[in-house]
Amino acid sequence: MYLSIEGIHKSFNTKNKGKLKVLDNINLDIEQGDFVSIVGPSGCGKSTLLYLIAGLEKSDTGSITVSGKKVKNPGPDRVVVFQEDGLFPWLTVLDNVTYGLKLKGLSKKEIKEKAIDVLKMVHLSNYIDSYPHQLSGGMKQRVSIARALVMEPDILLMDEPFSALDEQTRMVLHKELLEIWRKTKVTIFFVTHNIREAVQLSEKVVVFATRPGRIKEIIPVPSTKDGIMPDSVTLYTEQKILKILQEEIEKVLKEEMGDDYSFETNHIHRDHSGDLGSNI
Amino acid sequence: MRRIIFIAIIAVIWEVTSRISGLPDFMFPSLTQVFATLFNGLVEGQIAVAILTSMKRIAIGFVIAILLGVTFGYLIWRYKLVEDTLGFIVTALQSIPSIVWFPLAIIWFGLNDFAILFIVTIGATWTMTISATSGFKNVPSLYQQVAKTFGSSGFHFIKTVIIPASIPQLLSGLRIAWAFSWRALMAGELLGGGGGLGELLETGRSLGQMDLVISVMIIIAVIGTIMDRVVFIRLEKSVQTKWGIS
Repeated sequence: MYLSIEGIHKSFNTKNKGKLKVLDNINLDIEQGDFVSIVGPSGCGKSTLLYLIAGLEKSDTGSITVSGKKVKNPGPDRVVVFQEDGLFPWLTVLDNVTYGLKLKGLSKKEIKEKAIDVLKMVHLSNYIDSYPHQLSGGMKQRVSIARALVMEPDILLMDEPFSALDEQTRMVLHKELLEIWRKTKVTIFFVTHNIREAVQLSEKVVVFATRPGRIKEIIPVPSTKDGIMPDSVTLYTEQKILKILQEEIEKVLKEEMGDDYSFETNHIHRDHSGDLGSNI
Repeated sequence: MRRIIFIAIIAVIWEVTSRISGLPDFMFPSLTQVFATLFNGLVEGQIAVAILTSMKRIAIGFVIAILLGVTFGYLIWRYKLVEDTLGFIVTALQSIPSIVWFPLAIIWFGLNDFAILFIVTIGATWTMTISATSGFKNVPSLYQQVAKTFGSSGFHFIKTVIIPASIPQLLSGLRIAWAFSWRALMAGELLGGGGGLGELLETGRSLGQMDLVISVMIIIAVIGTIMDRVVFIRLEKSVQTKWGIS
């Protein structure tokens, strides 16, 4: 297995509740070149798992290996794209993108060529001398994707990278990300709470249960060779995942709002657009 | 424009009151007299030399204070032990006006340049320490995580993330530190002598030359304003525009 997660347990110390178990016996294998999404209710530990893979957090037990090497510290083979762009405001777009490359000890010319190539890939080659604050939210997130890609990582870890963006920008970036993935064949580990996003982008959706976080089910996303999927298929998969998640969401809501609250009967999030009148 | 008119009005009131007050010139000199002294002092060198002496002192003291402050700030940020010990007393030390150290400084170093340098340095060190500490502590963890995943660590991490990310706070720290050491310098020179603007004030008093005293006061105010408005505020502004803050 390329990325192999074995028996991961993780708890955090909290002030009020004592030890809080976040991840409970996570086992997951990911092949090279896979695009895997993790969905789950908020607080289910999906981001924590990503941080563990990145090496930014340490697990209590269990191990994570990437192509045979055990993950101990953060490193440029597992680059993270965070929810907020995390660009350094004191550096230009070009300097932000070359930040990690300079640490790799390449020649100056090589660094610049690579950076410009990758900025072309995210359609930002006209903005290399701009500062981050001069860019829009979507552009900033593209720079941070470029900054990660230029490192040619083994695994690209994405922690809800598009959730702070508006709908149109997100759609554009979905398309770009898929293009990049097909071009580079990088392994992508994508954390999101957006089921539609997960189904549209990835090949495999890992559904998380919550408190403590466990893997509830792994749903393969059917895909055609050209990558264009009929809406009915994606909708079907989406609803399948939503159904699995519903129970988990209810668990969270009951904890927050009391036992008499029922998500099922209130139907706030039900998406009926999938029926398209088939029940008439 | 408003400022110019305001200053002009003050100048006129000053000139008129000094002429009709009936006080002798040496006690309440007129504006014209002060300007004459100021001009002579600058041309003949008495005031010019004093400015140079003071500026040299503050430059040395200020630089030492900044280096010390940033180093202490780093240690407090980096090591919990230092935070619990040094970090704890820094606030107390900062609340001591630096001139209060002067008696000690005279006993330790004698009534000389060292004593003055000492209080100039100590006046700015603690406030710079506090600014640097909070600057380092407030570096967003996002930047730190980004840098770490790209393989940055050790000195490179400090140089490329911690320092640049805390520049805005370090700059405002510099500005406050400068104000503190400038005040300390004047107080120190006034008491300790050894040339400089502060001593010139004392000379003016003992010779009964209030025109000289007021001239020096004007110089002190002008240098203070220039440093604050021109140097520090400009630096802050340029960082703010580059970062896109406000």
